[in-house]
Amino acid sequence: MQEIIKVLISGFGENLRIFVLTLAMAIPLGLIITFGSMTKFKPVRWLTRTFVWIIRGTPLMLQLFVVLYAPGLLFGIPMRDRLVATLVAFVINYAAYFSEIYRGGIESIPKGQYEAGAVLGMTRRQVFFKVVLLQVVKRIVPSMGNEVITLVKDTALARVIGVAEIIMVAERYTKQGLIGPLFSTGLYFLLFNGLLTLLLGRIERKMDYFRV
Amino acid sequence: MAILEVNSLGKSFGATEVLKDISFSLEKGESLAIIGSSGSGKTTLLRCLNFLETPDQGTIRVGDEVIFDASRTMTVSNAELRKKRLHFGLVFQNFNLFPQYTAFRNVTLAGELLAQERPDYKANKKAILDEIQQHGRDLLASVGLSAKADNYPHQLSGGQQQRVAIARALALNPDILCFDEPTSALDPELTGEVLSVIRSLASTKTTMIIVTHEMGFARQVADNVLFMDKGVVVEYGSPADVIENPKNERTKRFLENYTNA
Repeated sequence: MQEIIKVLISGFGENLRIFVLTLAMAIPLGLIITFGSMTKFKPVRWLTRTFVWIIRGTPLMLQLFVVLYAPGLLFGIPMRDRLVATLVAFVINYAAYFSEIYRGGIESIPKGQYEAGAVLGMTRRQVFFKVVLLQVVKRIVPSMGNEVITLVKDTALARVIGVAEIIMVAERYTKQGLIGPLFSTGLYFLLFNGLLTLLLGRIERKMDYFRV
Repeated sequence: MAILEVNSLGKSFGATEVLKDISFSLEKGESLAIIGSSGSGKTTLLRCLNFLETPDQGTIRVGDEVIFDASRTMTVSNAELRKKRLHFGLVFQNFNLFPQYTAFRNVTLAGELLAQERPDYKANKKAILDEIQQHGRDLLASVGLSAKADNYPHQLSGGQQQRVAIARALALNPDILCFDEPTSALDPELTGEVLSVIRSLASTKTTMIIVTHEMGFARQVADNVLFMDKGVVVEYGSPADVIENPKNERTKRFLENYTNA
């Protein structure tokens, strides 16, 4: 029993590792993609939006396979580390989703905020970072929360390219006739997402002091 | 010499000519009211002065500096553009305060950011910031909102928000302060407090351009009145001439709507 819990926890550790690293990289990368999709320079905008369309329009599972196999089969540089492959696919996928949430948030800020900053002699950079950004953050926290919770559950997909995450290690016990470990993996996800929900609520309340 | 001289300014949006051959000048300490029905180009004119729109024709001179000349294809750097903008302040119809900052921060923020570009900023940081903050407090006091300095915009009434916006526009000491229908978004009972702030600015000889629908106010406060219709200046002169004895038919018709109301 204790042995099983230990194995499950170490499996969930893998899920958490994917979760944390993906989040840490996809949040800033998403912002860069947003700028690409909003630039006035049309070729870049068109390319970025096509890229986002492809990433959002195809299954994450397929993207995992592509990242794992394409470098070796197409370019002769095999992807040896399955965790790295997982992270590459996850970061790109989530950055694309985040970029669309950011874009919606940025576009929802009234033009008057930019104009007020501009007539006060602020640079475009200052207007973005000092005036617009926090308002965008406040607006997107709920949708980001949804994505973040989806990400926690998506980490289980890493098993399709052989990362020993919690559901993969739990499934092995079914061969010994044990179904309990597999079922119990749900608890780990539930508990962690419960904590995240509390944390997200806290962040939302932290920004209650102003209205947008 | 006039502090502001606008010469044959023109602006089109696509095929629509919004401003045609607009010329006028403004003396230091003068307040000019611009009146006219909606769609007459008043707001576009203010936006051109503040470089929120780029005119297609004409020149704008402030003091002895030509800040805009459409005949010269000027490649203006962002830094130059920002400097030119600071000749003007703009108070918007719907305030556009920054919601995440207190009234006080709304007033001081731009000044603090601008101060960072001063060569002596690092050496005198504390003194510079103290001065900006003192100026901010004085401005809030002058619009009667010292007690609301730490409130956020959503905690203020529309009239209070607009008064903060006026203090914010004054914080950078613009040569000319522009108002774009400053009371149009306010409930009638809140217009008085904003108008009285503008009135007191006029009495201290702040140079102002006020786009307004408040005829009584324009008559009392403005030194000159400019009536616009369909993108042209139809009539210009003292309030006694333009509002009380309009000569042009279009001005008469426009003003009738107000006296009947």
